[in-house]
Amino acid sequence: MTVSKSIESMQFASIGRRALLGASVGVCALIGANMLFAQTPPETPTGQVVVGLSQEPTAFNPLMAGIEVDETIWMQIYSPLWYSGPDGTLLPELAAEIPITENGGISQDGLTWTVRLRDDVTWHDGTPFTAEDVKFSLELINNPDFRAGNRMGHELIEEITVTNPHEITWTMREPYAPYLALLAATYMVPRHIIEAADDPHTALATAPVGTGPFTWGARASGDSITLNANEDFFGDGPYLERAIFRYIPEQTALYAQFRSGQLDATIGSGIPANYFAEAQDLPGLVVEAVANPSLEIVMPNLEHPALQDVAVRRALFSAIDSEAIIEAIYYDLHRPNVSFAPRESWAYNDALAPHVFDIDEANRLLDEAGWEMGAANVREKDGVRLAFDISTTTGNALREQAQQLMIETWRAIGAQVSINNMPAAVIWGDFYRLSQFDTLLVGTAFRTGMDPDPSNRFLSTAIPAQGGAGANYMQWQNTEADALLQEGIVTFDMDRRREIYHRLQEIARDELPIIPIYQYQLVEGRKEGLEGYVPNINARHNSWNMREWYWAQD
Amino acid sequence: MTRFLIGRLGQSLLLLWIVSVVGFAILHLAPGGPMSQFAESGNMTQADMDRMAEQLGLNRPLPVQYAQWLTNIVAGDWGVSYRDQQPVLRIIFSHLGATFELMLTSTVIAIFIGVWVGVLGAVWRYSLFDSVATIFAMVALSIPTFWFGLVVIWYFSIELGWLPAGSRMTPGDGSFANRFHHLIGPALVLALVSTAIWSRYMRSSMLDVINQDYIRTARSKGISEWRILTRHALRNALLPMITILGLQLPNLLSGALVTETVFSWPGMGRLFLDSINYRDYPTVMGILMFTAILVLIGNLIADILYGLADPRIGGRAR
Repeated sequence: MTVSKSIESMQFASIGRRALLGASVGVCALIGANMLFAQTPPETPTGQVVVGLSQEPTAFNPLMAGIEVDETIWMQIYSPLWYSGPDGTLLPELAAEIPITENGGISQDGLTWTVRLRDDVTWHDGTPFTAEDVKFSLELINNPDFRAGNRMGHELIEEITVTNPHEITWTMREPYAPYLALLAATYMVPRHIIEAADDPHTALATAPVGTGPFTWGARASGDSITLNANEDFFGDGPYLERAIFRYIPEQTALYAQFRSGQLDATIGSGIPANYFAEAQDLPGLVVEAVANPSLEIVMPNLEHPALQDVAVRRALFSAIDSEAIIEAIYYDLHRPNVSFAPRESWAYNDALAPHVFDIDEANRLLDEAGWEMGAANVREKDGVRLAFDISTTTGNALREQAQQLMIETWRAIGAQVSINNMPAAVIWGDFYRLSQFDTLLVGTAFRTGMDPDPSNRFLSTAIPAQGGAGANYMQWQNTEADALLQEGIVTFDMDRRREIYHRLQEIARDELPIIPIYQYQLVEGRKEGLEGYVPNINARHNSWNMREWYWAQD
Repeated sequence: MTRFLIGRLGQSLLLLWIVSVVGFAILHLAPGGPMSQFAESGNMTQADMDRMAEQLGLNRPLPVQYAQWLTNIVAGDWGVSYRDQQPVLRIIFSHLGATFELMLTSTVIAIFIGVWVGVLGAVWRYSLFDSVATIFAMVALSIPTFWFGLVVIWYFSIELGWLPAGSRMTPGDGSFANRFHHLIGPALVLALVSTAIWSRYMRSSMLDVINQDYIRTARSKGISEWRILTRHALRNALLPMITILGLQLPNLLSGALVTETVFSWPGMGRLFLDSINYRDYPTVMGILMFTAILVLIGNLIADILYGLADPRIGGRAR
């Protein structure tokens, strides 16, 4: 196997036309503003920033299970070996350089990895950071008694050797290309603290210690988390003395606090789409739409007697007025995307046939496939009625409107669809994971960390309802897709991987295991004068570079 | 009194046990579970979630899980939150202050205004004041708190800029003035509804009293109306209010779900809602038991106070 192009595989997003036009409009504006005012960061950490979040970060051990908002805190307190910049380039953090074949970091067969580490890093309590910490962190993830959040990739590690305090080497059972991307979101934990604790699960729960740009300050449970500048941070920054993350559960209230100046920035779930237009005109505030990798899709259960027919899925896709949904319901915020990959991904196939809303075409497809109009204007074939439920989480008014719109247009092709919405904890329980739904309206991503590999979602061996261990809740089974996915995982050559994922997107576009509607954009806002904010589609939260944020001096 | 107390304690323990069984069953039988939120993001595999469920003991039979929980709580171990990895009691106590601050303020406002509106409404029955107060109370009781809270935020925080749009204090500023400033909005919203309730209770209680014979007797003796009101009528009319206050006591510490959410108030109501959404079983059970204990204590205190204030009841209690 050749790994010669592996350096390129670190490019998770295409740098160029698309990126510039899309996600990085904000970046350009920012660079422009910086040039105009020639702002520079302060010499010593100065001032504070208050960031509003609509969920509360509660999990502070980065190797345990957490949701997006928990990672917001992990990014500030802890460090990964490397992380991904907005253009997809991997940037070394605790590692001295990114391991590739050329520098001997990854062996030709992809099985032996060697990582050289920085020698100037200390934990927040002053203890030096060494390769033993990396070894400990990776072994903790695989420890059967530890409630690790995610073992994907890590479980392939066979043996870890610390060659010297600043170099570590490990061997893997099989080559696994997405592991580079997964490590970009794997934060290292302090061995000396967890080993000394009674219980590794609670060791970092109240007073996390990391190597990151901010140190733990205080937490007011249910209200806020205060972080302080780590003045001994090994990288650039931090330029802020304090960062406060404030939990505001209600989105309208979050927006009200931002509007009234109580918050300096609202990122992540941010500002609801219906306030987008109004928010852009607010004086003293900068509000913009930023790209997000999540896709809004209708997820069909392919074991459903009607939905297993590909003609039905094609007809349903044809009969969704995506344009109207985006324009009329989401205030033109989101962007069409018929692929499972985000438009910014280096693996995105932009040659896929676009979506066309066409009721007649949908009716033609169903007629052709033998679905005949039966009683009460509902089509039937071999005794199966074209009737099913569509479910989503309750309490999302815009999504409920989108459901209504879809049901309307689907009725015109003889499909009888009922809404069956339930609270999030119910939807995402067995209902989702054991594929008990008919169709789900859901926003989700089909990749592995920042890597375009969707095998966890698409492999036929990844169906939990059929004893699999992945997240293929549609229960999609396709032999060609399986072969492509398996090749993609073990291939380090970027050009070949791109071919693989392009073909996979063609298959998915044709077979519609998921019915795509749009790719998300989020509305994020900040006060004028807060410099350094750069959206990053390859990070799980746009506070990823908070260390570089600072207030403009007047 | 001792026998009364022992009897009540026995009853209370039985009630607590029933609450725990019912609460545990409903909570665990409700669809979904602590792994749901991880499934949503698609970042965790089914293997990861199955392993975690196994490690947390979620796959064991429900009676076994309940027995384990009961054994622990009897021994004083309220468990560790799935969400925070912290002891449940510590989490509950960390939210009590905020809730107590908010609920006490709004209850004091509500009692003070409500009692007087009720008294005057009864005294001047069918007057313009009474009609306005009655209409106001009905409107206040009918307004959804959620909507009213948002209106208050919109008008006083965004349009006028007088009040902060939520939260308990400005970060880095915990001064009394700052806390008070943040308290005004949510306390007024909460007080609106309870003022209405208190005024209605007080009005009917007062009406009962002022039509009694002894009031007529007092009046015939030539005692001034003010003196009749404060010395004779109010004292008796306030008696039933003790029971209501006793029933209100648990609210002081259990919080207000809606108002705390709208005003981002880090109290018990908010914690309860978040824990339920997360299916954080140990915390939800902890809050449930904590609130149940408060209700029982509140009732007990009301009974004792009532006994002290009214000799007729006191005699029976003994």
